[in-house]
Amino acid sequence: MIYLQLFWEFFKTGLFAVGGGLATLPFLYDMAARTGWFSAGQLADMLAVSESTPGPIGVNMATYVGFTSAGVGGALVATVGLVTPSVIVIMIVAAFLKAFRDNRWVNAAFYGLRPASTAMVAAAGVSVVLLTFWNSAAEGLAKLNWKAAVLAVVLLVLTRWVEPTRKLHPIVFILASAVVGAVLGF
Amino acid sequence: MRELLDLFLTFAKVGVMTFGGGYAMLPILQREVVENKGWATDEELTDYFAIGQCTPGVIAVNTATFIGQKKRGIPGGITATLGVIFPSLIIITALAGVIAKLSHLAVVQHAFAGIRVCVCVLIFNAVLKLWKSAVKDRWALCIFLVVFAGAVFLKISPVVYVLAAGVTGILIEMIRGRQR
Repeated sequence: MIYLQLFWEFFKTGLFAVGGGLATLPFLYDMAARTGWFSAGQLADMLAVSESTPGPIGVNMATYVGFTSAGVGGALVATVGLVTPSVIVIMIVAAFLKAFRDNRWVNAAFYGLRPASTAMVAAAGVSVVLLTFWNSAAEGLAKLNWKAAVLAVVLLVLTRWVEPTRKLHPIVFILASAVVGAVLGF
Repeated sequence: MRELLDLFLTFAKVGVMTFGGGYAMLPILQREVVENKGWATDEELTDYFAIGQCTPGVIAVNTATFIGQKKRGIPGGITATLGVIFPSLIIITALAGVIAKLSHLAVVQHAFAGIRVCVCVLIFNAVLKLWKSAVKDRWALCIFLVVFAGAVFLKISPVVYVLAAGVTGILIEMIRGRQR
């Protein structure tokens, strides 16, 4: 019963992904490897679409992955699965708002959780990098996709250091990269 | 009922206007929820955001649940959440079908190869931003390095890292308490 499985997988993702939409990425990679519902390559494309369409990234990703795995019903089930733990947790937290924020042990747990969450997103980033620049595993400079590497450096400079472009919305860079990719034949 | 509908529509509007999520939606929430509707103050919104970041799940959804439940209890929280996910469901489902049909075209594949490069850079930038708020001292750096190495080289469910890191955070606090 794929709907039940999808609900459960996304329920877990929603429960354990701490720190916003991109924190769901490591869970989705894990899901791709275990279930085979979609590939890591598809995931990278879904992320690109999710970043450049309206809606929070995490919700878009859940809808997209759900749709890819099991059609419209899958999209619905995955998205509802993702938000169910949030709704339950927030309802509980809202009742003890002040106590939650000031609790020493809650803060201590999150002190440990935040670097772990950052590390998992970084690790998921590494697999996207391998896929993008080497088509799977790092095989040295000879097999590096040079065009992609040059584009990456240009994007990095534009999104981090050049003043007028730094503040532009990511969708601008995504669309520009699509055009560059299509024209230069990546 | 009218109030629930209002919650649904307002948060659907917030969902449509959010691109990317996270902090991108703060100004939109300020305009819709604080200024137009008066459902929360700026301070409350900042609090919800801070808590949304350190509770599980998507921040946009957490904030919607908070405001909805403050306004109309549990049904309000659920309605606001359904509102914020509604546009994603429609837009992504419609788009996914089109993209799946076009994906065999060479030009589309090249375009996505270009987009992936951009996604790498965006993830890199996001990690740097997370790093600033997460890795503030040596202990946190240790947790980062251990989890990073584990996540790259071992095939363990991310759930394990999350639970272990939470427990580690509490243990570190206990050690610090003893040293004080």
